[in-house]
Parts: sequence; structure tokens; C-alpha cells
Amino acid sequence: MSHASPTVTAVRGPHEATGFFRTYLYATDHKMIARQYLLLGLIMAVVGGYLSYAMRWQLAWPDTEVPGFGFVGPETYNVLVTNHGTIMVFFVAMPILLGSFGNFLIPLMIGARDMAFPRLNALSFWLLALGSAVVLVSFLVPGGAASAGWTGYPPLSAKAEYTGVDWGLTLWLLAHAIEFAAFLLGGVNFLTTIVTMRAPGLGFGRLPLIIWQQATAAILFLLSVGPLIAGAIMLLMDRIVGTGFFLPERGGEPLLWQHLFWFFGHPEVYVVLLPALGAVLEIFPVFSRKPIFGYTLVVWATIVAGALSFIVWAHHMFVSGMDPRLAMPFSITTILISVPFALAVFAMIASLYRGSIAFELPMLWALAFLAMFTTGGLTGIFLGSAPSDIYLNGTYFVVAHFHYTLISAVIFGGYAGIYYWFPKMFGRMLGTRLGQLHFWSTLVSFNVVFFPLHWIGIAGMVRRIANPLQYDMIAPHQWINVVSTVALFGLVASQLVFFVNFFVSQLRGRPAPANPWEATTLEWTTPSPPPHGNWGEALPVVGRGPYEYSVPGATRDWLPQRTGAAAAEARP
Amino acid sequence: MFLSWLPENVSTFGRDIDGIIALIYYITLAWFIATMGTFAVFLVRYRRRAGRPAGYIKGDRWREVAWVLLPCLLVLVLDLWIDFKGARVWAKVKIESPASDVHIRVTGKQFNWVVTYPGPDGRFDTADDKTFLDEMHVPAGKPVRLTLEAKDVIHSFFLPNLRLKQDILPGRSIPAWLDAMKPGQYELPCAHLCGVGHSGMKATLIVHEATDWDAWVGEQWSGSARPGEKT
Amino acid sequence: MSAATPTYAGTAGAAARGKVGIWWFLASEVMLFGGLISSFVISRLGGSAHVEHDHLNVTVAAINTFILLSSSYTMVEAYAAAERGDRRGMRVFLGLTVLGGLAFLGIKAYEYTGEITHGFTPWAGTFWSFYYTMTGLHALHVLIGVIANATLCLGARLGLERPYRVELAGLYWHFVDIVWIFLFPLVYLS
Ligand code: HEA
Ligand code: HEA
Ligand code: CUA
Ligand SMILES: [Cu+2]
Repeated sequence: MSHASPTVTAVRGPHEATGFFRTYLYATDHKMIARQYLLLGLIMAVVGGYLSYAMRWQLAWPDTEVPGFGFVGPETYNVLVTNHGTIMVFFVAMPILLGSFGNFLIPLMIGARDMAFPRLNALSFWLLALGSAVVLVSFLVPGGAASAGWTGYPPLSAKAEYTGVDWGLTLWLLAHAIEFAAFLLGGVNFLTTIVTMRAPGLGFGRLPLIIWQQATAAILFLLSVGPLIAGAIMLLMDRIVGTGFFLPERGGEPLLWQHLFWFFGHPEVYVVLLPALGAVLEIFPVFSRKPIFGYTLVVWATIVAGALSFIVWAHHMFVSGMDPRLAMPFSITTILISVPFALAVFAMIASLYRGSIAFELPMLWALAFLAMFTTGGLTGIFLGSAPSDIYLNGTYFVVAHFHYTLISAVIFGGYAGIYYWFPKMFGRMLGTRLGQLHFWSTLVSFNVVFFPLHWIGIAGMVRRIANPLQYDMIAPHQWINVVSTVALFGLVASQLVFFVNFFVSQLRGRPAPANPWEATTLEWTTPSPPPHGNWGEALPVVGRGPYEYSVPGATRDWLPQRTGAAAAEARP
Repeated sequence: MFLSWLPENVSTFGRDIDGIIALIYYITLAWFIATMGTFAVFLVRYRRRAGRPAGYIKGDRWREVAWVLLPCLLVLVLDLWIDFKGARVWAKVKIESPASDVHIRVTGKQFNWVVTYPGPDGRFDTADDKTFLDEMHVPAGKPVRLTLEAKDVIHSFFLPNLRLKQDILPGRSIPAWLDAMKPGQYELPCAHLCGVGHSGMKATLIVHEATDWDAWVGEQWSGSARPGEKT
Repeated sequence: MSAATPTYAGTAGAAARGKVGIWWFLASEVMLFGGLISSFVISRLGGSAHVEHDHLNVTVAAINTFILLSSSYTMVEAYAAAERGDRRGMRVFLGLTVLGGLAFLGIKAYEYTGEITHGFTPWAGTFWSFYYTMTGLHALHVLIGVIANATLCLGARLGLERPYRVELAGLYWHFVDIVWIFLFPLVYLS
């Protein structure tokens, strides 16, 4: 049997990389790659957040100098919106929730030593880094960065003369191509690892739920991105070669892009959501000391929602000019998606029933996720109904909807995961005082920033405008824009608290025991942080399901998945 | 909390759309209260207290599972209700259009609305056409038929007070209609990012009282024939 | 490790992993070509001008189809040889497959040249845009396959062969073939 020692440094795998180059640059160890993704995501979050700050300042006090940014005219504004959306979705949400969490957790939770293809894994990360660099560089080229919205609808995006942006948009497309390649390879790696490298005893019915969610997300991505890659190639050809796929004057069809984009785009929002939901599903049992309610149901809900997500895409296009008879079928499938998500939400709430709930930091974020996601999901129903979307489409109501959903995933789900796995990732505990401050100030300021945007959207404020005061209907409600922007200062300040906590705790935090939360899944039976190769000499063997908390008759209130001596050693 | 933010509605089908929004609002509000209420109660009741261990409930027996499946069934029923009511309204606004004797062509271009009336001959692109920039006149209480076109990129024709929105694709003519009930002036923003001038691309819709409308038409064409009306 | 629980592929070999990986990869490739081909079909049904395809050289393309199909056969033989441990056979058949791929690319280039000199450039109309994008993307895949097979062939000379890699390359190569089997009738014949 394995002799994993609970101390931090004892067990070294056979081929630990040494030297700066092998450790940081050409790292193939999944845990190092996970940290690289996290760092990249955080850096890009600072960029994305900075752009949103300039944007919100302009919305609150149009055409005044933005401190620390400069003047934002309508031209720059469009650049800001576009790149804010692109960066946040593709270079923050995906790196953190899939890249980092997926890489860190999949091998550790299924009892493998690394991913199936470690070098491919390193390639994925560096491709993504290259893609991020391309986005950043696009700000510097003549003509400036892309400004056709994160959805890049042609004809606006297909010809330089419509926006005045030439190279910026081409680079924007290129960055997407690289990003897609990175996550395509990453997805293949995730799925192969999950299918072929599970520890003895770890059947699919015993997989931790986050692994199911990561796998579903990877499949959704793999199966939906192809058509958009095809679309991106066509758009690039329109821009560079002079074809006319999307240009009506050359016989092309602008709507085709919208179909290709949203065929990917809708599954994509669940690609972001599912890993976050997975993290929350891991955290609920640990801090309520109860199994998750209805494991099998939750797995099925995930699969059904994933499958449905392929036949709802045109809900972004109800008023796009497509055949209006297509709208209702898509409206019906869209609203039906509320059923599997309702199941997931109800199962999570049921998991709290008769629990012993401890409000520790990871749990606070997880609980907030549930509340915020429910809010964002319910506003999705307003948009999913074709007739009510006639009015709401393109307004700030949509903006509020997707920040409630996306931010519940990236910020609430993301932080839940970070606070929960930080000890395992970095071997130290994250400070709780700053953590409390971070949580409460984020929760409050987030809601003040975004909730009122529902109102101003219902009042008729349209998206992607640089100056709300140009509209007589909106000018009287301008106070909402001001309140939202002022609250954003609080939101940004709260994130600074996190950054301080994050880096200081890595250096000075209390050393983390192997299993600080008394959790059952495999990763907690390794030392914190786990050594290269994860498991010492022998792979772990799994003897039970992932959430055996408070089992009647057991001597303590948790039974680790791993059997044998190593499991017993992993005491908090 | 939401509904009162809607701007005043002045169109016939706007009432139906508001009805759908209200229906969804009450359904989702009820669920929000129910789920968040249960959630809050559980958080308070089952917070950790010394000497009170958690129960072991896996939710793998039908009797337990019913607690979540039955509400899901209810969600399904409500979903279908929203769909059925919605389908009728959608058809009314976007598929069926009433007979109308006022026909207007609206062309979106970077960054204006060009509004064209066919004049007494009822045909576009003839000498008696009249064109207005960022200004659109319609009669109250009469269905108006619209042909929406775009010159360069996608724009979106949005009349918040009439609950009407339609994206316009270059290279196509997209039909739409409206029936304004109340005279007045209303804003007509472009609701789709269309370039630097998207912000501020807007027109004014002027809804005339019936008598007033005849006067306006008379002024424009110095005859009594109405625009769009075949002579 | 005498646990009574069933054993899973915790130590699945590189071959099994490679195979699972390549299947997932091909699934996404199916969606890539599927997206492109459906766009083409929809655009065609939508009635955009698509008459120009009688300017294509169907005979040459038919010969090319035959060559590509034959190279699939030599690929099968290469794998069979690899399985048998027949190094020479494997090298020979891989070499033939590479030649088949190169011949396909050469003929395709000849076709392109002919079309372009007749003025049928990628921007000459919707049909031509799709034609060049679809066949071009396919040719790129053929090129990648040629490089992969050539690498395996050279590797085998150096004694580095791994039979399972030939199988993986074969899966990919057959996929590229199948894509062509969809493209050929769609572009040239319909
Ligand atoms: C993580 C991201 C995420 C998630 C999870 C969702 C989830 C949903 N979204 Fe959202 N959406 C976006 C991100 C997301 N969305 C983005 C980014 C855009 C804008 C893109 C752009 O244009 O820039 C968008 C836009 C968007 C539109 C287009 C609007 C428009 O442009 O006009 C629509 C329309 O149908 C929609 C619907 C939905 C629905 C029905 C869900 C459902 O999945 C929600 C399901 C969940 C629930 C319903 C809550 C739980 C259920 C209950 C508590 C039971 C009770 C419920 C009922 C009785 C209904 N979304
Ligand atoms: C994940 C996605 C994401 C996130 C996090 C955000 C965050 C924010 N967004 Fe954004 N937004 C989008 C996705 C996102 N947005 C998209 C897709 C669009 C549409 C673009 C388009 O129309 O083309 C959009 C558009 C958009 C608009 C509409 C602009 C317009 O239409 O004119 C506005 C306006 O207020 C806005 C504001 C904000 C603000 C104030 C934040 C603030 O929350 C920012 C403050 C946040 C930080 C300072 C950093 C936070 C930290 C992290 C994100 C990392 C978390 C870290 C760990 C878990 C370790 N956003
Ligand atoms: Cu025209 Cu926006
Ligand atoms: Cu969607």
C-alpha cells in the first residue's frame, strides 16, 4: 500500500522537474499548469475589469476624462465593450473555471498522476497565453482594437470601412482561433483523462460531480466550436481574401454568422457555468456534512441541459430577421431548459435540509452563487419568451441577465472554488479576515452595480451606447448609471482585497494540513500541495461514493472515498 | 419592482407583450420567493450547532426524490403556459399583419433613419416619394405597414413605447407593422451596434391624431390622397 | 491491491489513451466540417448563385477521389503490417500513403490553377468562396496527414515505430477521406 506522508514535503515523485525553465515555463505537471492558468486568468481579469471601469465611468459621466484611462469617445467605447466581453468570457472565465480548476482537479479527484497527455496540456496553456497576448497587442496596432461587439456580427466586422478598425479585428479573430485550438486540445485531454485514467474502484457513478460537470463542459465545447471555427475562417476570408460569405452585396448572408456564432455561443455559456456549478456542488456537502441530494438526478440534469443547449441558439435571434416562424420552437426549447436547472437548484437546496451548515468562506461563496444564479436564470425566462424578447432584446435587461449568470459563475463560483482548493493548491490557508471582507463587500457591491441595470433596461436603455444622455427616455433615469458606476468602485476595491489576500497568504499563510475541511474526495488524501506524481508509489483505490458524510453508525462524520491507510492518515 | 419601469405603452399589440412580461414576472417572482425563502429558512434552521449532527439523506429513493421532482413538474407546466400564451402574441406581432393603407419604408444607414413615403401613387421610388431624415410620421388608430431596409450594416428598429423591435439586415426587406393608439412624440433608437455613431442614432416618431394626420398629409402632398393609398 | 472493487483503466496504456483522444478530436472535426458543409447547403438551398460548378473539372476530381481512396487502403495495409511487426511492410505502405496524399495535393493544385486562370477566384462568387474554403480546409487536413505519415515512416526507419501510432494516424487519415467523400458529390456533382 501507499505510504503517503501527511507532511508537506516528504513524498517526491520519480521525475520531478527542476530548474526554472522546467518548473515554470515548460511545465507539464498538471498542478503547475493549473496555477499558470489561474495566474493568466487573474491578469486578464484585471484587464477586463479595467476596461469595464472605463466603460462604466463613461456611462455615468459621459464624455468626461476617465481618471487613469483618458477620454472615451464613442469610438473607444465600442472597443471597450467588445474587448471587455471577449476577454472576460474567453480569457478569464474559461482559463479559470476550465483551465485551472479542470487541470488541478481532474487528475487529483480521479486518482491519476497527471493528465493523459501532459505535453499537449502544456501546449494548450501556451497557446492560450499566445491568444491573450494577441488580444492585448491588438490594442496597439494602427486603427485600434476590434469594435464590433464580442459577437462580431458582420457586415460590421467584415469590412474595415464600417468600423475604421482594420488589423485590430483581424487579430481579434486570430486570437479566437488560437483560443479555440487551446481549449479544443484541452478538452480532448480532459475527456481522455476522465475516461481512461480513473483509479481502481472509481466508476462513473462515484465520480465527484465537478468531474461530471467538467466533462460535460468539455463535450459541449468540442461539439459546438467547430461551426464557429468554420465561421471564423469565412469571416477572415471575407476580410483578407475578399470573399463575400457574409456580405450581401457579394451574394453573402449576414445571418449565417449569427447562426454559427450562437450555435456555439449558447453552449459556451454553459461551458462556463457548469464547472462553477460543479465547484459549488463539491462545497455544499462538505460544509453541510450531508451527501448531495440526488446525485444521479443532478448528473442527468447536467446532461439534459447540455443536450438541450444545442437546440436553443436562435433565442439570441428572435428579432434578427430570421423567419419568424422559427422563433416559437426555439422559445419553447429555451424555456424548457429551466426544468433541468430547476432540478439542480432544488437538489442543492434539498442538500441543505437537515444539514449542519458551517458558514465558512467557500460555503459563503457557494451559497451566494445559488442565489445569484437563480436570479440570473429567472431573468433568462423573460428573454427566452419570444414576444417579451421583442421588447427586451438589445436592452440593458439583457446586460443585467448575463452579468447575473456569468458573474455568478466566474466570480461567485470561481471564488468558491479558489477559497475551497487554495490550501491544496498552494499549501497554505487563505486569510479569513480579509476573506470575509472580500466576500461581503463583493456580494453587496455586485448587486448594487447590476440589479438596477434591469430597471434601466426595462425603461428602454439599449446596449453598447456610449452616451445614455442622448436619449430623452433615459436621461431621467441617469441616476441609475451613476449608482451602478459608484458601486463598481466598491466592487473593484473588494477585488483588490482579494489580490492582497491571495498573494500574501501564499507567502505567509498558515501552512495547510492535508485535509483542512474534512472532505471525502481523493485530492484531500494527498499532502498540501501534492507532490509531483500526486500519490507516492501506489495509486489510490476507491471504495465508495464521493459524498459519504454523516453516515449513520460511522465513527466520524465523513468516510473518505479512498480506502486503506493513506485515507486514514489524511486527517485534518 | 420591474413592471413599473416599462415606458408608457401606446400600441395595440404592446398590451399583449406587456401581458406576457407581467405573466413571466409573476411566475418567476413566485418561484424566486419560494426557492429563496426555503433556502433562507434552511440556512437559519440547519446552521451548525453543537450536538446536532446532520441527517444522512441521499435522495435516491422515490419518496425523497418526489420533493424535487414534483416542483419540477410544476415548473414544466408553467413553462408551457408561458409558451402557449407567448405563441399567440408572437404570431400577432411578427407573423400576421393586419390590412393597412399606410405604407412606409424605413432605411437604416450609418447613422440615420431614412423614412420614405410612397406618395399618392402608392409606389416607392417614384417622383412623388417624400423622404424624411430621422423623423417618422404615422396616424393614430390605424395600422401602418413598414418595410425595413438597411444600406450598410445591421441596424435595429426599436420603438420602446410601441414595444416593437426588428433588426434590419442589409440586402433584405423585412416587413413589420404597428398601430399606435395615442398621439405624441416617441423616441426611435437604433438597438443594434452599428459602428461609431450607433450611440445617438435615433429618430422621432410623431403620431398624429386622425384629423391632424390628414392635415399633415395635405401639407406634404398638397392634395388629399394619403401616402400609400392607391389613387 | 487486492481490493474487491472492479478495476478501471487507471493504468490504461498510451495506446488506449491515444485512441480515446483521437476519437474526441475527430468528433470536433466532424462538427467543423459539418458546420461548413451545412452552411454551404443552406446557402445553396437559399438560392444564392451556385450555377458555376460546371466549370469544375469533374474527371480530374474523380481521378483524385480514386487516389485518395487508394491511399486509405495502403494505410490499412500499413497498420496491418505494423501489427504483424513487419517493419519493412509498414514503411513501404506508409510511404505509399504519403505518395497518395502528395499526388492528391498536386492534382488539387493543378485544378486550382486551372480555375483561377479562368477567372474563378475565391471572390468570384458565393459558390467559389465555398469551393475554395471547403476544399482548401480539406487539403490542409490532407497536408497534416501527409506530414504525420511521413514522420511515422521516417521514425520507423530510425527504429522508433510505435504500431499504435500508425493506428491513430490511420483513424485520422480515414476521416480525411470520408470528408472528401462528402465534398466530392456535393461540390462537383450536385
Ligand atoms: C453563464 C452564463 C449564462 C447562463 C447560465 C444563461 C442562462 C440562460 N439564458 Fe442567457 N445569456 C448569457 C449568459 C447566460 N445565460 C449571455 C452572455 C447572453 C448575452 C449574449 C449577448 O447578446 O451579448 C445571454 C442572453 C440570453 C438571451 C438572448 C437575449 C437577447 O439578446 O435578446 C436569452 C433568450 O432566451 C437567454 C436565456 C437564458 C435562459 C433561458 C437561461 C437558462 O439556462 C436559465 C435557467 C435557470 C433558471 C430558470 C433558474 C432556476 C429555476 C427555477 C428557480 C425554477 C423556476 C423557473 C421557472 C418557472 C421558469 N440568455
Ligand atoms: C465573465 C464575464 C464578465 C464579467 C466578469 C464582467 C464584469 C463586469 N462587466 Fe461586463 N460584459 C460581459 C461579460 C462580463 N462582464 C460581456 C460578454 C459583455 C457584452 C459585450 C458586448 O456587448 O459586446 C459585457 C458588457 C458589459 C456592459 C455593457 C456595455 C454596453 O452594452 O454598452 C457593462 C456596462 O456596465 C459591463 C459592466 C461590467 C462590470 C462593471 C463588471 C465588473 O464586475 C468588473 C469588476 C471585476 C473585476 C475588477 C475583476 C473580477 C475578477 C474576476 C472576474 C476573476 C475572478 C477570480 C477568481 C475566481 C480567482 N459589462
Ligand atoms: Cu444603427 Cu445602431
Ligand atoms: Cu443563449
